[in-house]
Amino acid sequence: MFPRPIQQSSRGAQTTYQSLIPVVLLLWLAPLLAVAFFSIKPGADFTAGNYWGMPSSFEGAENYGKVFFESDMPRYLLNSVLITVPTVLGAVALSCMTGFALGVYKFRGNLWIFFMFVAGNFVPFQILMVPVRDLTLELGLYNTKMGLVLFHVAFQTGFCTLFMRNFIRALPRELIEAARVEGVAEWRIFWFVVLPLMRPAIAALSVLVFTFIWNDYFWAVVLTQGAESQPVTAGITSFNAQYRASYHLMSAGSIVAALPPVAMFFLMQRHFIAGLTLGAVK
Amino acid sequence: MTTATLPDTHADEGGPGWVRRNRMRLAPLMFLAPGVLFFLVYVIFPVLESFQISFYRWDGLGAREFIGLENYRELSTDPAFEVSLVNNLKWLLLYLLAIPGGLFIALFLNQTVTGIRIYKSLFFFPFVISQVVVGLVFTWFYDPTFGLLNVTLEAIGLGPVNVLGDPRLATYGIIAAGLWPQIAYCMILYLTGLNAVDPEQVEAARLDGAKRWRMLWFVILPQLRPATFIAFVVTIIGALRSFDLISIMTNGGPFGSTRVLSFYMFEKALSEYGFRMGYGAAIAVVLFMIMLLFIGYFLWSMWRQERMP
Amino acid sequence: MQMTKRTAAAVVAISSAVAMPAAAQENGNGSDLSGTLTIFSDMSNPAPRAVMEDMAARFDEMHPNLDVEVTIIDREAYKTQIRNFLSADPPDVANWYAANRMRPYVDAGLFEDVSDLWDEPEIQENLASTEGALTLDGKQWGVPYTYYQWGVYYREDIYEELGLEEPQDWETLKSNCQALIDSGRKCFAIGTKFLWTAAGWFDYINLRTHGYDFHMQLTAGEIPWTDDRVRETFANWRELINMGAYIDNHQSYSWQEALPFMVNGDAAAYLMGNFAVAPMREAGLTDDQLDFYQFPAINPDVEMAEEAPTDTFHIPSGADNKEAAREFLRFVVSAENQTRINAADGLGQLPVNSAASVGDDEMLQEGFELLSSGAPGGLAQFFDRDAPAEMASVAMEGFQEFMVFPDNLDDILQRLEQARQRIY
Repeated sequence: MFPRPIQQSSRGAQTTYQSLIPVVLLLWLAPLLAVAFFSIKPGADFTAGNYWGMPSSFEGAENYGKVFFESDMPRYLLNSVLITVPTVLGAVALSCMTGFALGVYKFRGNLWIFFMFVAGNFVPFQILMVPVRDLTLELGLYNTKMGLVLFHVAFQTGFCTLFMRNFIRALPRELIEAARVEGVAEWRIFWFVVLPLMRPAIAALSVLVFTFIWNDYFWAVVLTQGAESQPVTAGITSFNAQYRASYHLMSAGSIVAALPPVAMFFLMQRHFIAGLTLGAVK
Repeated sequence: MTTATLPDTHADEGGPGWVRRNRMRLAPLMFLAPGVLFFLVYVIFPVLESFQISFYRWDGLGAREFIGLENYRELSTDPAFEVSLVNNLKWLLLYLLAIPGGLFIALFLNQTVTGIRIYKSLFFFPFVISQVVVGLVFTWFYDPTFGLLNVTLEAIGLGPVNVLGDPRLATYGIIAAGLWPQIAYCMILYLTGLNAVDPEQVEAARLDGAKRWRMLWFVILPQLRPATFIAFVVTIIGALRSFDLISIMTNGGPFGSTRVLSFYMFEKALSEYGFRMGYGAAIAVVLFMIMLLFIGYFLWSMWRQERMP
Repeated sequence: MQMTKRTAAAVVAISSAVAMPAAAQENGNGSDLSGTLTIFSDMSNPAPRAVMEDMAARFDEMHPNLDVEVTIIDREAYKTQIRNFLSADPPDVANWYAANRMRPYVDAGLFEDVSDLWDEPEIQENLASTEGALTLDGKQWGVPYTYYQWGVYYREDIYEELGLEEPQDWETLKSNCQALIDSGRKCFAIGTKFLWTAAGWFDYINLRTHGYDFHMQLTAGEIPWTDDRVRETFANWRELINMGAYIDNHQSYSWQEALPFMVNGDAAAYLMGNFAVAPMREAGLTDDQLDFYQFPAINPDVEMAEEAPTDTFHIPSGADNKEAAREFLRFVVSAENQTRINAADGLGQLPVNSAASVGDDEMLQEGFELLSSGAPGGLAQFFDRDAPAEMASVAMEGFQEFMVFPDNLDDILQRLEQARQRIY
């Protein structure tokens, strides 16, 4: 245990520590809390220059109501869902298979294919931009959610394969060997033996990929435009243009846009952190 | 790649018997095919194609015109490219502060007191917020009239700073905003790593009289190596991918001082007054080459790990 | 240059005549249009947004078999997206700007030639004043839907409090400004984050220093940026900058974000297009507090010229429903619609159709008067519409830099000159 557990320190040190944490936390989250604070103020406060004083009235319901009922925000949110969920399904499905192939079988080139996925996962997006935009155009998928989904699935497969392959390698091989001896077909081994054991990995990956895709901005800008297909990260800029200089509404909009992954994180915390930190411990 | 290792396959090829006998070779192929295909089409081939496009003049519509290294020659005299490159280096170096920053907070929080789990989550959650929102949040944080930063500075008697409006400060301001979620990420990596630190070694070192910094440096950090490695990898990638924050916070300004390669490439390739796909691709290639140094290092490290039993 | 008409004043004047009977065009042939009409619009500010949505709704109602879909995109983001969607996924109708700003899309074949519309008598007669601004290479590439005057909007109450008059010349403008600064205020609000607002200042000081023809030559790339006359313009501008006339940190604000300075009285005036009036009023400025004057003369020998930017609708050459798109363009420019959308409670700008009537509003009437008879020197579009887009983007970055670091002028001019030699 490092550093030394605080319980072994003096009473005073313990109290100091306990009261210090919330203070540090407050400082840490200050920029965000400021936005949350703005989002419940009435617009009049901003014109009057009352930025940080007590709100002259609490307009939380009014502001958030505007976001939900008087803007394209719900459409953007729906688009985000329709882009994110299929991507998660696709990427996780593909990578369960690739991970299984690379983790279970020994064949020449295994490591090379694995490294291809890993290396591809690290490339800067910009080097893909021109060709992928072109390809999407040729497929007639420009400015469609499908165009975004296909690319995201492909790109996320790199990261997910890395993850799944390492996870499967850590599974007990005896189970698979035993099944083989019994003459079970390979796809049945995959389906009935390995897949059930992969549940935690699938859960962790799903949450992670959900967050990554929900938060994507670059590809949303490159491959889509307008409220019919753009996700909320890109939509928030249009929203802000509509309410430019209305800080109370822009704040509320930002919070709404940020919320789904945050909710996902707090609900699925264990999986999320397990996913992020895989490999952080040898 | 499987054919090379095929042993003597006799006679009846094609029948179910053949499939059965070669199932250990066919199975991985079948499982790999969809994923590899997708990845080739959307990632690997585009990388190669970008290299090719960078030798052409192309507006994205008409015919491509081969111009050899002309795009790269133009880059070498383009002041905006130079600014972007220097800014990228700043990003690379300063973004690495996320690693000690994350370690520091992780050490601070690595206690078992009531509510610590909640605290840890709350410290971490900036990471799950999209960079677009982080950008907006920090733009307002820095706002010269009402931003929390200036309100605070004023309260302690310091003059207002217009972080994002000052070409000397703007890039640092954006990097600081980027560090916020990145530190959170590194923190969670280290918290997990610290969980696995061997208590016996720590005890033994304590008996030897190792204190604080010596303990951290000689006993703890070596055990945190895997966490540090991952933190390093994700931070480098994050630094080179920086795009969202710049696009949201300054849009490259003031007067182009906050451009980085990834942003400049986007500007050139999809600009209002003409798509310079070739030039954009050349910028992307430079960015990719920088990344390749790190990719090579990562792969080499992983390869060494794979060799170890 | 042919696209900006010096004769505009005369032609526009005709339109002050009582509105002619509304165009009969759109009454009869409503029902034969079908399918979908997709419109991409950059009218993202609250008032223009409402106008666009209302126009689409009315057009939709007129054509029962037609489905009108409007996508409204952030006005600044639109500028970077337009080329992308014109080539990748063209709508049937798209917003843009007149004059040279159309050039890249005309040259790339992305805008449809709509000269046929301009041959129709309705349009030819009533829109004659803007024909030049929509003409490139002898053809017309779109239709205008609005234009507006630029001018100095100022706080009448503050001027009265300090005993200041509307300035007629540069000296008065500066002495007014000094008085304002002495009273603890700034003279001018401005937000240069998106650059073009700085170009407004450059244009006016340049137009007043050297006149309309010089502006057109400069934007046409015929004059080097290192020319002494260009330096003269910057030297005049610098007088204001050195006085501290502009609000601090303007490079961090959009023009909308700089409005509160004017509304709160921290700055006394705002050089802007008439579209700024609506948000100023909405923020609480009354007609007693808000007034407008023409940018004063600098060189008395130079004829007064004005900026009157024209905003437009175009049909992308890749549009699916060009028939409906043409009908929409006819609808947009019709006298009835022009009167309606440009009224004070709509865009609050000037109608392009001479048969339409100018909104019953102090600013609009004054602005109309200004452009009709107060600008013998000519009407310019705007720096970024008269100059080629690439030059404009480099130059406007330079203007912004100059406003913050006037000492960098040599460096900036050098850079602009390099760009000029490469671009033209």
